[in-house]
Amino acid sequence: MKHDLIILGGGPAGLAAAITAYDAGLRDILIVERDKELGGILNQCIHSGFGLHTFKEELTGPEYAARFIAGVKERKIPYVLNTMALHVSPEKEVTLMNRTDGVQTVKAEAIVLAMGCRERSRGALNIPGYRPAGIYSAGTAQRLVNIEGFMPGREVVILGSGDIGLIMARRMTLEGAKVKVVAELMPYSGGLKRNIVQCLDDFGIPLKLSHTVVDIRGQKRVEGVTIAAVDEHNKPIPGTEEEYDCDTLLLSCGLIPENELSREMGVSINPVTSGPVVNESLETSVPGVFAAGNVLHVHDLVDFVSEEAGAAGRAAAEYVLAGSVDAERNEIPVKFEGGVRYTVPAKIDPKFVKEAITIRFRVGAVMKNRIVSVWMDGEQVSKKRRQIMAPGEMEEVKLTREQFDAHPDLKELLIRVEEV
Amino acid sequence: MEKIQLICIGCPMGCPMTVEMEDGKVLSVTGNTCKRGDIYARKEVTAPTRVVTSTVRIEGSETGAVTVPCKTKSDIPKKDIFNCMQELTGVTVKAPVHIGDVLVENVAGTGVDVIATKDIQ
Amino acid sequence: MVDVVIIGAGVSGCAAARWLSRYRINVLVLDKEEDVCCGTSKANSAIVHAGFDAKNGTLMAELNVRGSEMMEQLSVDLDFAYKRCGSLVLCLDENDRDKLNALYENGVKNGVKDLRIIEREELVGMEPNVSDNAVAALWAPTGAIVCPFGMTLAFAENAAANGVQFRFDTEVKKLERTEKGWKIETNQGTIEAKAVVNAAGVYADLFHNEVCEDKIHITPRRGDYLLLDHTASGFVTHTVFQLPGKFGKGVLVTPTVHDNILAGPTAIDVENREGTNTTAEGLADVMKKAGFSVKNLPTRQTITSFAGLRAHEDGHEFIIRESAEDFFDCAGIESPGLSSAPAIGERVASLMQAKYGWEEKKDFIDKRKGILDPKTLSREEWNKLIEKEPAYGQIICRCESVTEGEILDAIRRPLGAKSLDGVKRRTRAGMGRCQAGFCSPRVMEILSRERKVPLSSITKNGKGSELIVGVAKDVYEEVRHEA
Repeated sequence: MKHDLIILGGGPAGLAAAITAYDAGLRDILIVERDKELGGILNQCIHSGFGLHTFKEELTGPEYAARFIAGVKERKIPYVLNTMALHVSPEKEVTLMNRTDGVQTVKAEAIVLAMGCRERSRGALNIPGYRPAGIYSAGTAQRLVNIEGFMPGREVVILGSGDIGLIMARRMTLEGAKVKVVAELMPYSGGLKRNIVQCLDDFGIPLKLSHTVVDIRGQKRVEGVTIAAVDEHNKPIPGTEEEYDCDTLLLSCGLIPENELSREMGVSINPVTSGPVVNESLETSVPGVFAAGNVLHVHDLVDFVSEEAGAAGRAAAEYVLAGSVDAERNEIPVKFEGGVRYTVPAKIDPKFVKEAITIRFRVGAVMKNRIVSVWMDGEQVSKKRRQIMAPGEMEEVKLTREQFDAHPDLKELLIRVEEV
Repeated sequence: MEKIQLICIGCPMGCPMTVEMEDGKVLSVTGNTCKRGDIYARKEVTAPTRVVTSTVRIEGSETGAVTVPCKTKSDIPKKDIFNCMQELTGVTVKAPVHIGDVLVENVAGTGVDVIATKDIQ
Repeated sequence: MVDVVIIGAGVSGCAAARWLSRYRINVLVLDKEEDVCCGTSKANSAIVHAGFDAKNGTLMAELNVRGSEMMEQLSVDLDFAYKRCGSLVLCLDENDRDKLNALYENGVKNGVKDLRIIEREELVGMEPNVSDNAVAALWAPTGAIVCPFGMTLAFAENAAANGVQFRFDTEVKKLERTEKGWKIETNQGTIEAKAVVNAAGVYADLFHNEVCEDKIHITPRRGDYLLLDHTASGFVTHTVFQLPGKFGKGVLVTPTVHDNILAGPTAIDVENREGTNTTAEGLADVMKKAGFSVKNLPTRQTITSFAGLRAHEDGHEFIIRESAEDFFDCAGIESPGLSSAPAIGERVASLMQAKYGWEEKKDFIDKRKGILDPKTLSREEWNKLIEKEPAYGQIICRCESVTEGEILDAIRRPLGAKSLDGVKRRTRAGMGRCQAGFCSPRVMEILSRERKVPLSSITKNGKGSELIVGVAKDVYEEVRHEA
């Protein structure tokens, strides 16, 4: 068995990649989805706020997904559900399993990695205390409430003020729970201001910055948690402990790209993003394997996932349609300074840049009044002012073909963030 | 005269804004950095609204779904959020349901319908 | 009236049950929890000590060496995960060589085979991540690792196959001597038995002291652990101990049979016999002390931390004897209790048989099949299995690649899983890096369907640990009813 393109994951990234790959001329595509329906995590994100960039309107997660699912179905792009990719070899042999076809290995010309991410667990956070029922990642609680229609608890403390935590504070409140407090380890929230106002302030839920959970009580079911303030090294400050009686602790403490399959096939991983190192075509260190969406780096807006995955799908299609031409690559790293933590892509071969390229990045701290500038061989080619930059907000710069053409034989590309 | 403190939701800046009001009329908005802040503040202090999203029960789904997600078709007054939730309680619809199907008409007397946000077979 | 009641379905109680099930008697195992393996047996180092540590001449030493010898064949007969990876005791200071030699001598006296002291060069060849301070080590090739849940379940299921009954959620309240034996009052009614085996772990002293003149005293000694993801697999390939030194007894760093890396335990005496809560200090201590043995332990790969309680008796010795008429202790079973478990079961059974002269069964079933892991099958075999039972083609736990077929087997087999933790211990579903974030709602659904109970009654680990508390918006219903 063989396909031109196998897309691992039928969430927003996989769907967008499939559509652009098809539109670029590819027909032999297979989307592999492990759940029982397409759409991925959007199916349980029933709140609104998706699609402002892509569709200029505010959609809920399922509505946003539905538009891309419709795109896949209109094009009759094949997909399999309830199917797990067990292994992927460096030769791009994908081992798939489901109830009807059993275990089979399918060879792919190209692969788009679109497996998304998972939530950081309590164990990874090293929160001490008992291990009773009632400790859920925010996403698990979201599934229980929104898909299954159950209440995982009545009195809730949330650790982590990323958007999922904030959204779940509102969802739990609306469905009838009492959310007592949201604690955030960092001195700032990783969530959108809008979510802080509409998910917490609207319901009088306090947000405690620079606080964490230092103990969990209850042997069978959570009976309470202790929250303490932390110092500048994120260490709890003795004497600041506050006890909260609750039956539920929700954790919204970060997302981790799911790259187990990528690692297995030998894809190089960037330790900062925990996602693959990719070039201008979003191609990983394994030729013909592309990555997009939360498996590549965790996004805050699905619109950018779709855009990025669209680019990966096009690049994968071109890779297949071009046949096996071993074009010589001459990559330069994307350098950065001034508080930038990483860029995607991390390296670029200018001759493969099409009309334009988007370089996405994140900063490591909240910064006000900055200039983001791009330099090619020491010459500033663009700059923009940013009133505020925050770790929770993905940044981007766009570079055009003309800018690269104006710098033939480019040796150095630099993104600089500096104070105004 | 009444002073109301607000945080702008327009962007990550989160400008702390002060709105001065008298007799339900906005006299001034200060603290904002851009026009969006001014518009948001005036609406938020006079007629705050929200889109409410939730789920209702569904029966007879081929795929085994037990809930269908839904939303108010447009924003409703903030004060009616819990009334809206109360009215969604106990609502059960029959599959199939399509995106945009009206599940509850004129929810909580707001004049706004609650519609399905997912196709459920 | 049964012949024997065993109090406690941990590894000792289940081992006793398994070896007693050779005889033509009625055995009943009671546990206050909802499943086997819910106490000390589920939270420990999961290692099989070679037997050089326990003091020569003690019962601990004898049963450790015997248990360790029995385990490999048992792991085949009863189908549980076991791996002879060998163990190393690091000497981290030239001045401690005497202690290393003493440990070697003790081991030789205990009858541990193939012990050898190795120098740094050889050590580094075996464990490249070993600390720069390690000068030599005691190498015990017979040291091994085992799945503690797997072994306990294997004993229990094999015992059940041979007629032993198990009653869970049954807490023994009172023991009363009768003419014929013992009256055992529980929260689920009274049971009469000719003999009692006290395998109650950290509670064993309470039962002992209730019926015996001589008193014993057990302190729950907490051990905190860190468990690292498969991505850390290979960081060490042997169980790496430290010689007891100026930092106390030290912690171990070991691979597990499921390719994780485990570091721990601390040794903190606590009052609460259910006090399995980790503390920040305890976890920090594990990290610090593990750092004495190995360089750059990838603690960022931690997927969970947990704590277990060792049943430490003041005399630091296994108490396995008829302590009162027809009352057999199996108490003070702390490390190397897991390693000794088969020998403990064997010893308890032979002690009792010597007294009561029971007849052996002719039809004793000495083998048991564990839950089939389709990943161990060839492609062809797996596909045949899926054709017959499609559930083996559906992954439920992504992190550990556990299929629905395995989960169904875990629930349906005798002494089947009733809770999320029960499924987890039997199949590893939820034991991976996402710690059940993804699979728990799915496993809950399967449990609810299979056991024909509402989802709201599915628990993490028995009554009181229900996972969901109601349906969405139910509070509004209440408002409506009140109005």
